[in-house]
Amino acid sequence: MSELGWQGYERQDGRKGIRNLLLVIYTVQCAEFVAHEVARGEPDAHVIGFPGCYDNAYAIRLMLALAWHPNVGGVLAIGLGCEYTQPARIAEAVRESGRPAAAFFIQDRGGTSSSIAVGKDMLASMRRSIAEVPRVAMNWSDLVVGCECGGSDGTSGLAGNPVVGRFFDHLVDRCGTAIFEEIVEMIGLREVLAARGRTPAVAAQLEAAYDKAERYCRSVRQYSISPGNFAGGLTTIEEKSMGAFSKSGSRAIEGVIRVAEPPSAPGLWLLDSVPDESFMQFGYTNPNDTEGIMDLISAGAHIVLFVTGRGSVIGSPIAPLIKITGNSGTFKRMPDDIDFNAGCVLDGSKTLDDAAAALGELVEDVARGAMTKPEALGHREYFIMYKHQDTPSLAEGCRA
Amino acid sequence: MNDEIALRVVMMTEGFQIDIADNVATLLGDAEAGMVRLRGQSAVQEIRLTQPIKTGHKVALCTLESGAAIVKYGVVIGEATRSIGVGEWVHLHNCRSRYDAQSSTLNIETGTREETPYV
Repeated sequence: MSELGWQGYERQDGRKGIRNLLLVIYTVQCAEFVAHEVARGEPDAHVIGFPGCYDNAYAIRLMLALAWHPNVGGVLAIGLGCEYTQPARIAEAVRESGRPAAAFFIQDRGGTSSSIAVGKDMLASMRRSIAEVPRVAMNWSDLVVGCECGGSDGTSGLAGNPVVGRFFDHLVDRCGTAIFEEIVEMIGLREVLAARGRTPAVAAQLEAAYDKAERYCRSVRQYSISPGNFAGGLTTIEEKSMGAFSKSGSRAIEGVIRVAEPPSAPGLWLLDSVPDESFMQFGYTNPNDTEGIMDLISAGAHIVLFVTGRGSVIGSPIAPLIKITGNSGTFKRMPDDIDFNAGCVLDGSKTLDDAAAALGELVEDVARGAMTKPEALGHREYFIMYKHQDTPSLAEGCRA
Repeated sequence: MNDEIALRVVMMTEGFQIDIADNVATLLGDAEAGMVRLRGQSAVQEIRLTQPIKTGHKVALCTLESGAAIVKYGVVIGEATRSIGVGEWVHLHNCRSRYDAQSSTLNIETGTREETPYV
């Protein structure tokens, strides 16, 4: 990992991005088609949206956190016209961050074709505006990297996740910020997790987050383990947990953040995406890998590392996804999709340190602008759903 | 002849024991019944599989009585639901989670839930 750094994009709110993107947000499923048509053929325009007609504080907070992401330069919010979630209020909040933003209702613009034309004009205007965003020097201390695993198999805990864990150690040692999540994949590890807290207060936070996750899994009677995990050799959630936890590396955990909450300082942070107990007793904590990746991006991750033993083809909007496997067979079978083979530590051809250093070089290349494989393929999967978390407003910042 | 033997030794599938306290090792490739070399934190050099075991799956390194803790990464990852012999495949058919009650009700090959209705 070099100490030289690279050129990023400086936002008016002081954050530094590694991409300069336009974000199209739809506020109900009825506006989804128009939003995607507006972004079609515009490689710098990514789409996210919320399907529900009834609004949800968690989903709005998540969309705003994504709109304010350092990789995003401007935002276009599109609604149908009947729904509770208000595109104009999203645009207004985004403008307060110094970014250009626009909004409209499809019903006000005469339907599909005219809305697509209006939306494309708005994007073109914002693109001209964000082309002027000043460049700024960035280095590891400015970088936030998230990590998630999915499609795990018996190699994930032996190679893929440990290599990420070692890279996270290197990143934290260079004053960077590392975020890991999936507390529901720490079931069985209460003591192991608490022992990693920087202070007794952080250990208590970690225990509280763990206890909530265990209550949650018991009450929904679903643990975070899938048929593919079992087929890949993982027998129990406890076994998957130890493998998943190894992506956190070995450094002290600074605190617990919630969805849409950026860490308040550099270092290693745990993201709690489990719903809080409320009247909304429905939904799963991370119903799929994409939902978890969105949570990491909402906390400000510039880049997300995704470890997949069995092989996943997903990507992500806003923050590039780097796909890593510890399974050399998967790497050979899916060469277009997987960015990094950590299987070299299993056949003994590389040490964990060497593999983590090679991963660090790849992360730096991507921060400089190199496209990851899912990014180049155009994968932009997103998922925003109804959930409840007792989180203060974004302006109030992190509680840790 | 010697070259052939040497090649077979090189090609021999390996197992990986993560922690010295573990009583299972993870296969690094698909293996037939027979000898497998062990790497990692292992007290012994090799182990004889009593059945074929696929990559990523686990082999018992010692005899495990019903109810015994299954240890991997140095932590308990579940418990034996019946007696397991040394060299045997350890999975859903003979090991269950101490948290997740569904883990011993799944199809042992595919991990899918068989009671979910599709009608």
